[in-house]
Amino acid sequence: MKKLPLEGVRVLDMGVVLAGPQAALLLADLGAEVIRVESTQHFPPQTRGIFAHPTKESIMASIPTAGGYPMREAGERPWNRFPWFNTHARNKLGMTVDLKKPHGRDIFKRLVTISDVLVTNQTPGTMEGLGLGYDALSKVNSRFIYVEASSFGSTGPYHTYRALGLQMEAYAGHDLLRHYPDRDVSSNTWAVTADAAGALGMALAAEMALFARTRTGRGQYIDLSMVENFVGLIGPAVLDYSFNGRVPESLGNRDYAAIQGCYPCAGEDRWLVFTLPDDASWDAFTRASGNESAAADPRFATVAARYANHDAVDGLITGWTRTVQRETAVERLRAEGIMAGPVLDDGDAMADPHLAARGYFLEIDQEDAGRHRYPGFPYRFHEAELSVRHPPVRLGEHNEYVYKTLLGVTDQEYAELEAEGHIGMEYAPHIR
Amino acid sequence: MEMTGPLQGLRVIDLTQGAAGPYCTRLLAAYGATVIKVERPRTGDLMRHVGPFVGDQPGPDRSLSFLHLNVNKLGVTLNLASTSGRAVVASLIADADVVVESFRPGTMDRLGLCYDALRATNPRIVLTSISNFGQSGPYRDLPASEIVLYGMGHAMFGTGQPDAEPMSMAPRVNLHFAGQTAAVATMAAVFGSQAQGMGDWIDVSIMETFASSIDRRAISLTAFDYTGEKMVRIASVQGIAVPPPYNPCADGYFHITVGTPWWEAFVRAVDESFLRDERFNPPLTDPLLREEFDAFWIPWCMQRTKREIAQLFQETGGLPCAPVNSIADLLADRNLLVRGFFRDLYHPVAGQARYPGLPFVMNDTPGALVRAAPTLGQDNVQVYGELGYAERDLNVMASTGVI
Repeated sequence: MKKLPLEGVRVLDMGVVLAGPQAALLLADLGAEVIRVESTQHFPPQTRGIFAHPTKESIMASIPTAGGYPMREAGERPWNRFPWFNTHARNKLGMTVDLKKPHGRDIFKRLVTISDVLVTNQTPGTMEGLGLGYDALSKVNSRFIYVEASSFGSTGPYHTYRALGLQMEAYAGHDLLRHYPDRDVSSNTWAVTADAAGALGMALAAEMALFARTRTGRGQYIDLSMVENFVGLIGPAVLDYSFNGRVPESLGNRDYAAIQGCYPCAGEDRWLVFTLPDDASWDAFTRASGNESAAADPRFATVAARYANHDAVDGLITGWTRTVQRETAVERLRAEGIMAGPVLDDGDAMADPHLAARGYFLEIDQEDAGRHRYPGFPYRFHEAELSVRHPPVRLGEHNEYVYKTLLGVTDQEYAELEAEGHIGMEYAPHIR
Repeated sequence: MEMTGPLQGLRVIDLTQGAAGPYCTRLLAAYGATVIKVERPRTGDLMRHVGPFVGDQPGPDRSLSFLHLNVNKLGVTLNLASTSGRAVVASLIADADVVVESFRPGTMDRLGLCYDALRATNPRIVLTSISNFGQSGPYRDLPASEIVLYGMGHAMFGTGQPDAEPMSMAPRVNLHFAGQTAAVATMAAVFGSQAQGMGDWIDVSIMETFASSIDRRAISLTAFDYTGEKMVRIASVQGIAVPPPYNPCADGYFHITVGTPWWEAFVRAVDESFLRDERFNPPLTDPLLREEFDAFWIPWCMQRTKREIAQLFQETGGLPCAPVNSIADLLADRNLLVRGFFRDLYHPVAGQARYPGLPFVMNDTPGALVRAAPTLGQDNVQVYGELGYAERDLNVMASTGVI
């Protein structure tokens, strides 16, 4: 068995909310030693919870992604049980330090001297404000790689602007490309594709900088605007405007040229999706759905005619799908070689035979959250084996290892740091 | 600082087509890798024939997706089904660091290009295989489109309104996302191969990249296991929140998050004294007060543009607020222009246009987009010439359909 590809790389995870911690997770899964740097004196919102000590009412009033603590119970240490956090917290080590105090910043710099990479998506200016910007840290370690993500980039007129994932989607042009075509943009529900892609960009940048460092011997600073990183994902829409002067609009679930949609099946809230790009797949659909008579209809005679009459085609499709169980419909369409599938809800996905056969889900026991199944790795390696080396990291779980083993802090200094409020596994009493 | 990218010297053989694979290799090419895109003679990458097109005229060098996905790459043609074609690709791979492919699972085996064969001649090779459902499992050979993969793997069930069908994202966003995910795995393996002297074979299932996405799905799967509750489509807070998230204004919409945490900053920014009355504090549930608020708010918005409003809330209140931009807005955006994000490239058939630039800025090894997508076989002479093929050999290969 081969070593993991990033074994020997040490990463400091200063990420908050989604993109930063997810970037660090990607590096952790691939073998890096990732240390989450947190503070018991400060509770960054929407990272280890909406509140450190949520009330039962607030938990029950929240949607599962935000309030879905195990069994909807906060437990003794809610911050170690938050589903949003625990999804991106495996394979990391955790330490606490208060960077607002000089001693804390000194500890952080000592950590930088023995680390390779920092990933951060803290509010713009936070790291500089602490004296922990790239210029300061590169003086401590010239090989240090500093990956900073922000909504709009660390330069330019908007570099201090704030945005949640929702504003990034709006600003980056995604909202106007994904709403229901017959309703306005406010029909969009929340999505955070720019954060998800931003995490990938951060991890990729770190890896590229590590690769470059083997040649140059130097670290570097990476400025990732999550908006810019996202715009690459809608490149064809950008080119439609720059070549054709056309402002692309939302197609909903439709394709540019093929027949495509999401159709209701028998039963409640059961849906399937499929795509019919050409004559062969159209003929296959008419056979699968017992609609052979549609072949004679001139509205459905060619690819172009069908696309021009998409509403009528959808009527024909829905007339059939509504009468059939989702599984039956999908089976018949697939038997005809059609690109078709069910819209799987979370329960369906966790019971999906394909994901099960590939061992996709991970079963992980964590002291405060208990034993649970989690979504797994986005890819697998043939030689190196990605695995769960640590359960979702608890606040301050590896303080002894980081302070004493890695930094060589003496027992006496450790006691001082504890007394100064740097070290702990609980949030300070003033944090709600 | 070196103007070259971080991947200078890295050689990638790109056997992919469609969107996911080519976006993976576009990212490598943008940062300085030499990416040799291998296409089948005559037709090329199927994406060359998928619209929309430049001027709405189909043609192998007019597909907007193809033009976007293949910048900075060298393009060669090769018939991998022919014996001599296989010899050529074998010599390309012998010199390479990375091979990325997106054939149906099993195709590389049939072409004699399975991982074991590749590493027998090049033990450091990294092979990245991108497919719909992965290289194993019961769905392995099923055909799928982006929406099918989104419906099965991603958060589609919970996306949209409860009184309507589940909704997907903008076309090809998620295939690009899968390609970017594959790039993360590929670069890790490249780094590992350099350090350890041994490559790897990476199996990227697009469905699994979606299931692992932090854009809701991975979190809702965890939450489902924690609570037994699935993510469902919920009615938007548009009619509940004051102000609502999406607001019409003089030239479109803007998006703002206020709620309790930012209410004070909001009131300060609009500077309207009647709002200081604490009866307006969120949550505002009294319909009469809401009417009173709307009577002020709607005209206030309609008198201002989305950029003005975003600027006001950002600069006087530090509120998360942004214009809902169209693509036209994006190309005229001050911040993107000052940062030099877009890049103008000239293509011999498609012409000059403005392309999305680099996804991140590296201060020591920046990389750059320098060349538009290749025409079919544009670099045959250069690439095959470097392998030692003379013009005469290439003529023979062309006449027998190998290139």
